[in-house]
Amino acid sequence: MTNSPNDQTVMKPPRAQVGPVAWLRENLFSSIPNTILTVVGMFLLYWILKGLVTFAVLEATWVASDGAGCAKNDGACWPFIFAKFSQFMFGTYPEAERWRPKLVYLLALGALVPLMANGMGEKRKVLFWLIAVSAVLVILRYAFEFTGSAFTGFTEMVDPVFLVLACVFAAIGALLEERTGKTVFAIFFFVIYPLIAWLLLSGGVPGLPFVPTNLWGGMLVTLVVATVGIVAAFPLGIALALGRRSQMPIIRTFSVGFIEFVRGVPLITILFMSSVMLPLFLPPGWNFDKLLRALIMVALFSAAYLAEVIRGGLQAIPRGQFEAADALGLNYRQKMSMIVLPQALKLVIPGIVNSFIGLFKDTSLVLIIGLFDLLGVVRQNMTDSKWYAPTTVLTGYLFAGFLFWLFCFGMSRYSQNVERRLAAGDRR
Amino acid sequence: MASRADTLSQPPVRAKPAEPSFLNRREVRQALYQIALVVALVAFFYFIVTNAAENLRRQNIASGFDFLDRVSGFDVSQNLISFSNTDSYGRAFIVGLLNTIVIAVIGIVLATILGFIAGIARLSKNWLIARIAGLYVETVRNMPLLLLLLIIYFGVLKPLPGPRQSLNFADSVFLNVRGLYMPRPEWLAGSGIFLASIAVALIAAFVVARWAHARQMRTGEQFPTGWTALALVVGLPALTFLATGRPLAFDYPKLQGFNFTGGMVVQPEFMALLIGLTIYTGSFIAEIVRAGIQGVPKGQWEAARAIGLHGGQVLRLVIIPQAARIIIPPLTSQYLNLTKNSSLAVAIGYPDLVNVGGTILNQTGQAVEVILMIMAVYLTLSLLTSAFMNWFNTRMALVER
Repeated sequence: MTNSPNDQTVMKPPRAQVGPVAWLRENLFSSIPNTILTVVGMFLLYWILKGLVTFAVLEATWVASDGAGCAKNDGACWPFIFAKFSQFMFGTYPEAERWRPKLVYLLALGALVPLMANGMGEKRKVLFWLIAVSAVLVILRYAFEFTGSAFTGFTEMVDPVFLVLACVFAAIGALLEERTGKTVFAIFFFVIYPLIAWLLLSGGVPGLPFVPTNLWGGMLVTLVVATVGIVAAFPLGIALALGRRSQMPIIRTFSVGFIEFVRGVPLITILFMSSVMLPLFLPPGWNFDKLLRALIMVALFSAAYLAEVIRGGLQAIPRGQFEAADALGLNYRQKMSMIVLPQALKLVIPGIVNSFIGLFKDTSLVLIIGLFDLLGVVRQNMTDSKWYAPTTVLTGYLFAGFLFWLFCFGMSRYSQNVERRLAAGDRR
Repeated sequence: MASRADTLSQPPVRAKPAEPSFLNRREVRQALYQIALVVALVAFFYFIVTNAAENLRRQNIASGFDFLDRVSGFDVSQNLISFSNTDSYGRAFIVGLLNTIVIAVIGIVLATILGFIAGIARLSKNWLIARIAGLYVETVRNMPLLLLLLIIYFGVLKPLPGPRQSLNFADSVFLNVRGLYMPRPEWLAGSGIFLASIAVALIAAFVVARWAHARQMRTGEQFPTGWTALALVVGLPALTFLATGRPLAFDYPKLQGFNFTGGMVVQPEFMALLIGLTIYTGSFIAEIVRAGIQGVPKGQWEAARAIGLHGGQVLRLVIIPQAARIIIPPLTSQYLNLTKNSSLAVAIGYPDLVNVGGTILNQTGQAVEVILMIMAVYLTLSLLTSAFMNWFNTRMALVER
């Protein structure tokens, strides 16, 4: 043990046992079956990537003014996406009023960044990425514009004002939260914000012309249906979960019956019910907004699923907590709202986020009852004869798929993050 | 101790708690809440039933289930039992139901296979294989199933070439825009013996396995059950097949004019729905399987190795039986989800229950009855599946000693 670390005579370990070669040997070629698997995997990956890259990049059309321009190539027709991008986001919402949904998005961003990110470190990270991505997009946009590039699609798609404002709103939210704490933001987001959002989107007051819901569309409808669905389902889900554990037989039977019924049938049949049966059940002459009808059904549907998630949280609360609350002389409402539910809900945050992801994906079904969510608007625009080309359909679906994936993947990562944070608290 | 008994025998004088007022008593409160719920429900149903009756009367729509016997007048593109447009609505409904069951059963089998492969692959020591499985799971899980179905159907299967330019696999399997054409097996004389021999081989293999297990329990001697079963199941039918003079022929699809004749065809709607349901549910099952295997404590692996079991035995005898207990309950709900999700067939035109039901609804206008029937079927399927899986789960459950 006389060798000092920088003694020249110390032999380096054999090259096959450290570094990339060793890594390859251990992880890819450790045995003959393993080597075969690796080779098969490489072929599979090559085949998939080759197909995707060929379609989306190598043979894709980037600049064209209509479908005929796209038909020259075998790959994706990206100009279709660039030209229709604002429709995909807002549907047929009037051009002059689009600042309203944008403001609604911005307010949500300003409230959600501080609500979801924990501590200044995470908030800084979120802000950094938001600013970095926005900056790159804005710079690219002006670069294309000033160099007079033919690639105008990008210029049409990127809205620099919105991106700058998004960074500003998120930053203000993050800074404000340092002073006020999360509770204020939670109250704002769950109580005040929905009212503001409805007023802004629907209008009908001086200064804000009325925009009927049949003009809403695209991502706007997807987000509205998913968010309202989950927020409205939340109190209902708590009530059903408590009802299922109640000692009162009629209330328990009703809760179990409702939950099992809704979970036992496909969402499609419930949506069908809203579109063909609901009009029958209302007195003649009554009429319901189509979007509102879908919202009610989606909320009832997700309430049943949320109830089961929340029930899981309630079951995880140790009995001692209930008994301690009883011993303190709290009544049922106090016991639940001050002792049990805060703990139970905290436990099931990942489950709630997962239900939200499920609901977000399920909103695509509203296209079957004639509402134009993101997928619905994409489908609607595919039939535009100006953009007819053999690959338009697949391009549109791939783009919609990418947007859905982006949202759902982001949320599932967030839920894993929360799960880790909660688990870390328990380990300590 | 005696003094304690004394105090117990004389109940201490306690101030009687003040009797709560009538409305504050627990039983009264509970009764009131429940009566309120019942009244609200009765009022709600009275409201919708009277309205529905009034609306139906105004629109001249009959109610009741008489329409099920009327002639349907439409065709269904895929039917397991014979169906033509002169058959009744009731029969059409059953055709749709059977189509739903077919897609659900095949989908469940395939999704389970794919899910187990992907779930185990995600835990593989092989870095590349684990990454590919992860890529598959994370991509598919985060996309709506409806979109997946539309991509497969409209993006992949519809742009396929017509029959004349079919993709040709060894001149026997053809893939084109009208579907997948495959040779159809034709059973000639003597095939009954061949089919019977398969059944006999299966039963024999089962009997041998039970005998070998019983003997191992009794004496500890092992028997090569796997090889024997393989020899029985492959060998016996092969022998009878040759002995009876090869009673199996294939009817190959042939291109005649603008279309194929002969063979059998899998319709593109069925293929799209099956592929979509399989890869979507498979990605969820993969996650369940991964969590199940990771849920088995590491010590179990090490203990199994320590008593000298080899790789396959470790999995088969120690890990899988324990992982199965974690896997089965969420797997059940995935099977139910797949069955319910098959209703998305309506978006690509596969004639499942909801699709056929929708057609009946449009023709007869009897929305309430049709939707109630569809919901009743799904509820029954759900309850049956969960009953079966509960039974299976109790069989697999840990027997606590």
